Amino acid sequence: MRLKITFWKIVFAVIVALGIYGVVLRFTQGLGAATNLSDEFPWGLWIGFDLLCGVGLAAGGFTMAAVVHVFNVKRYHSVVRPAILTAFLGYVLVILALLVDLGRPWFIWHPIIMWNHHSVMFEVAWCVMLYTTVLAVEFSPAVLERFKLRRLLGIVRRSLPFFVVAGVLLSTLHQSSLGSLYLIVPNKLHPLWYSPLLPVLFWLSAVTVGCAMVILESFLSQQAFGHALPRHVREGLASMALVLLIPYALLRILDLLQRGALSLAFRPGLEGAMFLLEVGLGVLLPLALLLSSRVRASAPGQLGGAVLIILGFVLNRMNVGITGMEATIRAGYFPAWTEVAVTMMIVALGFAGFSLAARHLPVFEHQAADDLVEVRKEAKAKERWEGRGADLPTGYPSP
Amino acid sequence: MSKGLLIDITQCVGCGACQEACVEANGMLPEADETRLSGDRYTIVQETPLADGETRYVRKLCMHCEHPTCASVCPVGAFSKTAEGPVLYDEGKCIGCRYCMMACPYEIPRYEWESRNPRVRKCVLCAPRLAEGLPTACSEICPTGATLFGERKELLEEAHRRIREQPELYVQQVYGEVEGGGTSVLFLSDRPFSEMGLPGNLPSHAMNEYTEAVLSKLPNVVVVGGSLLSGLYWIINRRIEQTKERNRERESAEGGGR
Repeated sequence: MRLKITFWKIVFAVIVALGIYGVVLRFTQGLGAATNLSDEFPWGLWIGFDLLCGVGLAAGGFTMAAVVHVFNVKRYHSVVRPAILTAFLGYVLVILALLVDLGRPWFIWHPIIMWNHHSVMFEVAWCVMLYTTVLAVEFSPAVLERFKLRRLLGIVRRSLPFFVVAGVLLSTLHQSSLGSLYLIVPNKLHPLWYSPLLPVLFWLSAVTVGCAMVILESFLSQQAFGHALPRHVREGLASMALVLLIPYALLRILDLLQRGALSLAFRPGLEGAMFLLEVGLGVLLPLALLLSSRVRASAPGQLGGAVLIILGFVLNRMNVGITGMEATIRAGYFPAWTEVAVTMMIVALGFAGFSLAARHLPVFEHQAADDLVEVRKEAKAKERWEGRGADLPTGYPSP
Repeated sequence: MSKGLLIDITQCVGCGACQEACVEANGMLPEADETRLSGDRYTIVQETPLADGETRYVRKLCMHCEHPTCASVCPVGAFSKTAEGPVLYDEGKCIGCRYCMMACPYEIPRYEWESRNPRVRKCVLCAPRLAEGLPTACSEICPTGATLFGERKELLEEAHRRIREQPELYVQQVYGEVEGGGTSVLFLSDRPFSEMGLPGNLPSHAMNEYTEAVLSKLPNVVVVGGSLLSGLYWIINRRIEQTKERNRERESAEGGGR
């Protein structure tokens, strides 16, 4: 056990050291020295992965918060806090990545006072700023509980619904707007990915991958911290992912058909291959798998489905950000090793941050106890209703 | 009031004088690479070979759009279209997100990739010279009159007059009249513009409409989404409270009956 930890610590140290080298190079000799970006290809891995994927993969935070705190489906209570922690860390890391990617990061605050409401980027900047604050508030109960600040905790708990609703709205806005960023380049983005529906597709895929991420996280936390989720909770999450994946797949394919772009997928070449990989492996395969209730109920099925959805999501964002732009811009781009190193460092920091918080803050324990109470209450209530031969009133969370 | 350039590709001999005048007017490095736009080359003359072996010389420079995408997409409003015609960049505002470079349909803005405090660089349509009542340096020096300076409106009239008078010579289109909502820099050509390296697939309206149409819907999303979520929250919680209440009543009733 001790040896294993040492091994991962060494891996972590190496990744961080290489990442820091990349950051130092970028700040001492400019973006040109640390990246393969060019005038023809000004957005690379740090935007395609760190920003587009980072923000999307953190969508579990607002989805789960909405399910539990707005729709009051209490059985998912135990996944909210880890999901919000992941989201908060995700956004902090996205901002960190932006500080490296922006040419003049010391002016990152400019959108606060310099407004251009015609700009999608302006809107994204504000939403990310506000939503990171909302996430901090949503996660604050864990810190307040840890330090027993009861009065403040009471205030936060009472105002939580407001912050959750604000968080859902802010997320909806900027998750879709990351897609809208590309609406202005109809002549540059490959027709397999350029669509007037980009904002809708970005939002829908983010909500879907949010569920998948929560499933994956629960497996990882089980490995790392031994906090197993009740089986039916994970099953419910898998169903949720399926229910979201169906309209996404339909919308995606209908949109391609309507624009007459679907045949492009079967043309030989990188774009077609990447598209088939993305939609086949990352959308249709998990869809087919999760349609089976046996798969949704089995742990390997849940894990496999979630991993495939996440893979499809990452491929989609990389295809929009890199593959689809490369096709028409006549300029090749492949990230420099320093770009990859910085991205890996940011991912590693995310893992480290989560494990640090999980070890020192009540991320799982308290919730689990809370849940047990809820589950018992629900079971009791159901028993009573069934005993009287009455139906559960609608809107009541079914256990 | 809005100035512009009319570049008649049929009259350009590729002497490169415009390029040199530009370097001098903007105080740029004379020895920089002449084959691509950069912080030291706001305009270049591209030797463009055609399929039939002929050659055309096509200037590449900022088109100074009537509704610039760079100005629309910049989160901090570092770009602005001035009433005089030039699209200008304010480096004091720029945060370096490079969305302008992504969004520009003509791939004009350049970045100082090697700098620790990088700026976006592009042609300014000699705004300082315009302020003094002078034409742009490139048009002033052009020996053949291929680059003409003037009021955009008058340049358009001149372009259409040339097409009318020599319909057999010119392509029946003034590039930049409507492309992407129109530009201050206009092109005339005797060969299809797509062969001249100018994007041929631009809509005849401002590209900004694509993003601005979506942005204009956002207030609705907030209002409708906000009320919907708050309403759902209220209804669901009320029902749960009512159920709890009923359960409590039943419990007490059962207790009392025993």
